[in-house]
Amino acid sequence: MSLTMALVSPAQGADGGASEEVAARRRGRTGVGLLLPGAIYLVAFFAVPVLALLATSLYAPVPGGDVGQYLPALRWENYAAALGKFWPELLRSFWFALLATVAALVVGYPVAYVIAVRARGHRLLQGVLLVLVVAPFFTSFILRTIAWKQVLADDAFVVASLRWLHVLPDDGRLTATAFAVVAGLAYNFLPFMILPVYASLERLDVRMIEAGGDLYAGPFTTFRTVTLPLSMPGVVSGTLLTFIPAAGDYVSASLLGNPTTTTMIGQVIDSRFFRVLDYPTAAALSVVLMVVIALLVTAYVRRTGTEDLL
Amino acid sequence: MSPVRLRTAPEIPGHRSPRRWRLADAVVPAFAGLAFLYLLVPVAYTVAFSFNDAGKSNLVWRGFTWDNWANPCGAPQVCKAFANSLQVGLLSTLVATVLGTLVAIALVRYRFRGRALANLLVFLPMSTPEVVLGAALLAQFLTLRVPLGFWTVVIAHVMFNVSFVVVTVKARVQSMDPRLEEAAADLYATPWQAFWRVTFPLLLPGILAAALLAFSLSFDDFIVTSFNSGPYTTFPKFVYVSATRGIPPQANVIGTAMFVLALAVVVGAQVVTAARRRATRTAAARPEGSAP
Amino acid sequence: MTAAPALELWGVRKEFGGQVAVDGVDLEVPEGSFFALLGPSGCGKTTTLRMVAGLEQPTAGAVSIGGRDVTGTPAHRRPVNTVFQSYALFPHLSVLQNVEFGLRRQRVPDARARALAGLQTVRLAHLADRRPAQLSGGQQQRIALARAIVNNPSVLLLDEPLGALDLALRRAMQLELKRIQAEAGLTFVHVTHDQEEAMTMADTVAVMNAGRIEQLGPPAELYELPRTPFVATFLGRSNLVAGTVVEGSGGVLGVEVAGARLQVPADRSAVSDGPVLLGVRPEKVRLSAQGEPPPSGSNVLGPGTVTDVSFTGVSTAYQVDLGALGVHEVFAQNTTGAPTSRPGDTVHLAWDVDFTFGLVPDAAAAS
Repeated sequence: MSLTMALVSPAQGADGGASEEVAARRRGRTGVGLLLPGAIYLVAFFAVPVLALLATSLYAPVPGGDVGQYLPALRWENYAAALGKFWPELLRSFWFALLATVAALVVGYPVAYVIAVRARGHRLLQGVLLVLVVAPFFTSFILRTIAWKQVLADDAFVVASLRWLHVLPDDGRLTATAFAVVAGLAYNFLPFMILPVYASLERLDVRMIEAGGDLYAGPFTTFRTVTLPLSMPGVVSGTLLTFIPAAGDYVSASLLGNPTTTTMIGQVIDSRFFRVLDYPTAAALSVVLMVVIALLVTAYVRRTGTEDLL
Repeated sequence: MSPVRLRTAPEIPGHRSPRRWRLADAVVPAFAGLAFLYLLVPVAYTVAFSFNDAGKSNLVWRGFTWDNWANPCGAPQVCKAFANSLQVGLLSTLVATVLGTLVAIALVRYRFRGRALANLLVFLPMSTPEVVLGAALLAQFLTLRVPLGFWTVVIAHVMFNVSFVVVTVKARVQSMDPRLEEAAADLYATPWQAFWRVTFPLLLPGILAAALLAFSLSFDDFIVTSFNSGPYTTFPKFVYVSATRGIPPQANVIGTAMFVLALAVVVGAQVVTAARRRATRTAAARPEGSAP
Repeated sequence: MTAAPALELWGVRKEFGGQVAVDGVDLEVPEGSFFALLGPSGCGKTTTLRMVAGLEQPTAGAVSIGGRDVTGTPAHRRPVNTVFQSYALFPHLSVLQNVEFGLRRQRVPDARARALAGLQTVRLAHLADRRPAQLSGGQQQRIALARAIVNNPSVLLLDEPLGALDLALRRAMQLELKRIQAEAGLTFVHVTHDQEEAMTMADTVAVMNAGRIEQLGPPAELYELPRTPFVATFLGRSNLVAGTVVEGSGGVLGVEVAGARLQVPADRSAVSDGPVLLGVRPEKVRLSAQGEPPPSGSNVLGPGTVTDVSFTGVSTAYQVDLGALGVHEVFAQNTTGAPTSRPGDTVHLAWDVDFTFGLVPDAAAAS
């Protein structure tokens, strides 16, 4: 199932490294020639734009000019102003992304475990389950988010049952709440969590779990001391693949949330760019988002000791 | 000390008693079942509502009809947006796959200065939120006064797809024995012939997987597209924009059709792989002399 | 013989980032010979082979094939072919397409017929349409061989070609390779770490160690008269004792070893005075019980204690502890039916002076 393997993240690459050591890599200009077109493309349309974003974040309004007219400048106050005004949205984005990542891990790990370990040896079953995991990818994620809106709607089955069970008060709702936004985020990135965890559990030798049992560890102890540590690379790349896009997402928040208490930073950046034409603020917020994520990811990867994933 | 001797003992009786069934064994699969439900309910909704006799708004179920399927282009702009998405998807996939494959080969097989930097350049776009990618590229297009439209969308999609192609193909190159290329050279193949006759055919499954991934990322992309498309409309953008006014059921028809098609491709690929594996196994099991 | 040697190496040296892998190798392999490069892993033998194939460029020195300097020639223009250790069969091509590959690249007109003939040679023509993955290890090995020999190379390079096979199959393939080499009349250069394989198959063996060739010659000569402690212990087994040359007359050197006096023919010693390492092969040594007079013309060491007796079928191996001189081995043919000594027996070791050899002491190899 090559497509699912393809979705599995950078961690996959680390595996086949053995063959590299057999033959030393070739030197020479051919390698640079192969690299150059792609590298130039990424410099031109990724690296330079990020620098352009940095520059834009420091622009100053044209004195006496129209809305949306800016001059190149080094106006560092833009950052203070942007953060002073939008820090709640920024914090909320990371908070929601964290909740969604934890939720996706809690839901996704058992799924990955069942496919990789319990269904091991049943190739057909494994194949079917993997297809079910990636199946949501094949419908537009905006259509799926809208479907969530329908599932969680006030007059639909889920809310009615929860009201009947008194989990929700009689006027309680699920749409337009933080719960709906986080559930939507967790839902959208769930396959990104399941596939890397599956990939690392798939490589896990079941005999190690048996050895855990053989050495007098109970099922839970075996899981905690053997299975979980061995699947750590998958957990790390799964959480990264969920957290990073979730922190910048604004589709879930704008379709499933409300305008006051669930606004995420992506929505702010979008509206600063397109509605208010406040390019410097939008750029400054983007830079902050990128830098904070880079710092968090580095710290996280250091802490979990999986630097080689990068 | 009595001498060691052979004993012809019967099988130890009662040894194969089945393990007692425990509730704990069922908890994890049951939980996973619920997770699958969570994954698939929205998909089921999307499919079901493609058959909704919707009228104006497709939010409430109003009865079954084939009409939406009979007339998928019935709603204004749906098919145009769909066609746009196909065009952007195909073109950006082609470019990203070529660029990414070359980079992957270079990174695995060659040694040069700046390799670490190149790896970083590939990794960074994947670890940057889409909203930043979109905003950055938009800032550049605005600065250079590039008019937004088809080409800016393609440029943006190639940009975020290159890294995914590199990662996918890289795994394949790493799993390929470098001796095969040496064997080709040893057997009088020029570097060009060695690439086309040995390296490329062996990388092809990885390259196809990468292309499939790139296409699906491009086809489903909304955030980067919304920043860099200007007036140009792709399918996800169409759905998002019409969400406030009510999405026509034809959007669900197209979504469902794409779902079925993709599922068919993946399942077909799996069936072919399984069949090939079985053929290999039976042929290997056949004794050497019995072959015709 | 006026023809140029099939393969010549001139002071070939290879460094990998400052690490010396091959340290100045000179070689001359005559046409039609079966030549083996023998050494432990990491001794530089595979690197040497790869430089001949053109897969590695020497840091210094020159390679010539059939009298033509090919040092700068890329692999695909050298008239050599390699049987890789992992076989490196193309998994996406059929067996026949694999064998045809080189012929097609050279635009040989009757490629298919010649490939089929090559498959006949290795007796696998009936598997022509299979994929490599559908073959057993031994079959893959023979396909790899066929793929190389059909090109009729000036030199055929074999990189541990039998390493992945089990013992029985390896024996069969050794004979098969010898037969094919004799029939095709090709020059084989065979790299291996298996001393028995090298001695069985090759007419000339070069023992390599730490990037250098320690000794080169026919297998029997290397075995009977090793010239370095490394060769003495890597190729077969040897009992070695350190001593000092104290006298030299009549073509025989007298050596003092821990108070005992041993002798070695002068032409079998690499040293004519000062410290020397004396050696003898274990099967040349006899055990003699206490008081039994040794035959004249023998070297005698002892007394020592038998510490272990291992019955191996054709022979019995005794371990004898000679105290300060260390533990030594004796192999005795099982011609009498039962071992002659038991653990704990006190014995002397005796062997013919003519089987003794003298080496330059080398602290590392002697231990």
